[in-house]
Amino acid sequence: MARIENAKSIGEWLDQRLAVQTLKRVLQTEYWIPKNINFLWAMGMVLAATFGILLVSGIFLLMYYNPSTDLAFDSVNYTIMTEVGYGWLWRHIHGVGASLVFLIIYIHMFTGIYYGSYKKGRELIWLSGMLLYVLFSAEAFSGYMLPWGQMSYWAGMVITNLFSGGSLHADGLVEWIRGDYVPAQAFLSRFFMLHVLLLPLVIIGAIVFHFGTLRIPHVNNQDGEDFDFNEAAELYKNGQKKESKVIPFSPVFLSKDVFVMGIYFVLFFYLVFYHFEFAMDPVNFDPADGLKTPTHIYPEWYFLWSYEVLRPFSTNVGLIAFAIAQVIFFTIPFLDRSPNVAPANRRGLFHLWFWAMLVDMLVLTFMGKLPPQGIWSTIGLVAALVFFALWIALPIITKSEKKL
Amino acid sequence: MSTRRDFMGMALGGFTALGAVGGLYAAKRTWDPLPSVKAAGFTTLDLKDYKEGELVTEKWRGKPIFVLKQTKEMMAKATEKDKKRLIEVDGAHYMVCVGLCTHLGCIPGYRKDTQDFLCACHGGMYDATADVTKAPPPRGLDIPPFKLNGTKIALGVTGPEYEKMLADGTTLRV
Amino acid sequence: MNKELKILGIVAAFTLILYWGVEPFAHSQMHKHVESNELVYDGKADIEEAEAKKDEALVEKKKKFWADVKEIAQLKGDAVAGEATFGMCAGCHMDGAANMGGVTPPSLDHAGALYDKNFLIALIKDPAMATNVDHKYPNGTMSHPMGSISSMVSASQDIANVVAYLKEKKAGEVTPKEAFTEACSRCHANRYAKMTQLGDIPKTKSNIKTGQDIDRMKYDQKVATEQGALAEYLGKLPPDLSIIYRARSEHFLETFLENPQGQLAGTAMPRTGLNHEGMEKVMEFLAETGDPSAPARAIAGPWVIGFFILFTLLAYLWKNSLWRDLH
Repeated sequence: MARIENAKSIGEWLDQRLAVQTLKRVLQTEYWIPKNINFLWAMGMVLAATFGILLVSGIFLLMYYNPSTDLAFDSVNYTIMTEVGYGWLWRHIHGVGASLVFLIIYIHMFTGIYYGSYKKGRELIWLSGMLLYVLFSAEAFSGYMLPWGQMSYWAGMVITNLFSGGSLHADGLVEWIRGDYVPAQAFLSRFFMLHVLLLPLVIIGAIVFHFGTLRIPHVNNQDGEDFDFNEAAELYKNGQKKESKVIPFSPVFLSKDVFVMGIYFVLFFYLVFYHFEFAMDPVNFDPADGLKTPTHIYPEWYFLWSYEVLRPFSTNVGLIAFAIAQVIFFTIPFLDRSPNVAPANRRGLFHLWFWAMLVDMLVLTFMGKLPPQGIWSTIGLVAALVFFALWIALPIITKSEKKL
Repeated sequence: MSTRRDFMGMALGGFTALGAVGGLYAAKRTWDPLPSVKAAGFTTLDLKDYKEGELVTEKWRGKPIFVLKQTKEMMAKATEKDKKRLIEVDGAHYMVCVGLCTHLGCIPGYRKDTQDFLCACHGGMYDATADVTKAPPPRGLDIPPFKLNGTKIALGVTGPEYEKMLADGTTLRV
Repeated sequence: MNKELKILGIVAAFTLILYWGVEPFAHSQMHKHVESNELVYDGKADIEEAEAKKDEALVEKKKKFWADVKEIAQLKGDAVAGEATFGMCAGCHMDGAANMGGVTPPSLDHAGALYDKNFLIALIKDPAMATNVDHKYPNGTMSHPMGSISSMVSASQDIANVVAYLKEKKAGEVTPKEAFTEACSRCHANRYAKMTQLGDIPKTKSNIKTGQDIDRMKYDQKVATEQGALAEYLGKLPPDLSIIYRARSEHFLETFLENPQGQLAGTAMPRTGLNHEGMEKVMEFLAETGDPSAPARAIAGPWVIGFFILFTLLAYLWKNSLWRDLH
């Protein structure tokens, strides 16, 4: 056993048993972050905070939510919204949070792409991040089922039908996923389980893993500069803070994160109190009706781009396109053939590629919500083709990129 | 570490704690019983609806409530202490009690022929006024808070008659 | 610092464009825009609809009908004479009225306050035409549940008198709930307000003898009968309106109530004929049941946002105190 002596303080007592001083040093005061960063580097902690808020608000919603096809709708819209003290607050926070978490995820993702933070040595950071994106998508979809409104029901119908594999007619698989021929009680119960238990557990694990992947390759910086972290850390510890290229995670890096979070929370709660409708589609305030499809159905905004990749094509091609779109971002560390770790604006054609991809995804998102008619269909088709063309072009343009 | 730096960190921490207290208040309110549950905490009965010697089980706050209008025979058997347990309205006497054994909470059964209650769980017995006659129950059945208004009795509200029962130890507060 | 602001500007711009595209722009393209006629009931939309159907005879019929309404509106109504004529209406529109031909006649206690004068005139003259559901009665307005009124009160002056009476004596203060009850609830339930087509759900308790809530069972049976009659008459049971306020935009609801055919061609829903006051009160009630947290939001909102503004300020000062000696 380790040497245990009479402790003079609670801190010391804990330190003897848990090595809290070492933990604090390793995880906080001597976890080094580059100094040359901007506020986009705070998005990780903003995401962690948003996840925390979703978790807490979700726990309170869980106290009165009733996962039964007969009672779910009214347990959300009447009991929680009218009867439960501050039930409306938890629901609005949960709804707005679910939408904003994707906005921040996308900002976080495109920050990584812009600064080349997925390059050699940092692949696992990117891959674990993309895994989190997929997990959050599943979490968002399963949560969307729970109010059991018209959008819940028909999204459940359409998305589970994707698994029929088009001409493969894997109807058995679809029924297996639903536990019924249509989305019904079994479907609601199992998606409730996924949403409140299994997926959150996996997400928490994945977040820890994502943090872990940062440790060895270290966080990237604004110029993609590669420097010796140990040397920089020594400088900082010797008091040469100005000369050192690093700062400790806590409290220095964290203080900036908290400031950015503050600004984010002002926006967040402005939306919660005064502009929550954007996160709660009106169609979902009609109770689920298996015999009537709403005039317009569309996914939440964060799924629109991949939905639009599916839409303009025939069933089979559409499904393949959709499947590729779901996983294509995983491959960016391998499709980008340039060794340069640098912001996109110094990387020639890649700079163009970055903005083209961003704008194209924006166009896909717009078209995904509009009714698939006339000019909108054509624009959607072109944007989908451009999306794939860009991915095909990526290895070619990065291969010919000049070494910086 | 300059003092100003410490001070700002502490100030932010303290202010955040203030916000957390606000959040805890909202959480506490969420945990409160719903207004509809609170509203259902009151039941009104009309005593003139009951027949002598017939036990009726009503429901109040999810618990069974025994109502037994006493017959002449029952009144003759009742002691002065027993009579304090009864509610008198227009010359008639009513036993109104929470129908849960004061031992461990089972529902005692009414035996019409012997005009008493027997709790099947551990053999406790009560007379027609629901006073205990055989252990293990420590006391007679508890009387719910009530308020009289003519022949109507509102359960869940404390009236002067109930105050009196509490004061002289006839029942414990439910 | 300048660089950070530039980045923030780009992020904000993309976010706002994204928002514009998936919210205001998408919704403007998805939904047919119906102009409000400012609650003026002059048959404009009805005639346009008939013209769109290219049915000359129908166009002429509608034009004549609304021209007649306009003429009657110019007559001076005599409220005293109107009271006597109103007896004809009160025969059906009374407390405890029974279902007649599919629907229970609503109370007219605040009809003068809730409904537009032109609409009331048109309604008495020809209920099917006034409510713009005449396509449902190919055999003429007499088959409308209220059709018999046209044989009882037909003279223009009589109509003007009744409407004058309603406007004078059946007006007064009206609460949002009364407005909803009189204008909507004969067809639409509102379960969050504990209302059925028969009004407020009564408080009942279990019966002493049986231990069952027999009064409630009987009431539920009455509601089922009423709903069955409505569904048969209208083709389907009109939806519960508990949270219709969240399910449809306010503009949709207002233009829909003004002329249901304009938003949903062929619907069995009659025009309600609400005036500005009536519309406002009905909307107020729908907002109360559909968006009950509005008052609580208004109280908590400024506090929470104020908290985070101060939080941000303190965090900024903290960050500055730590970052000052880094550069």
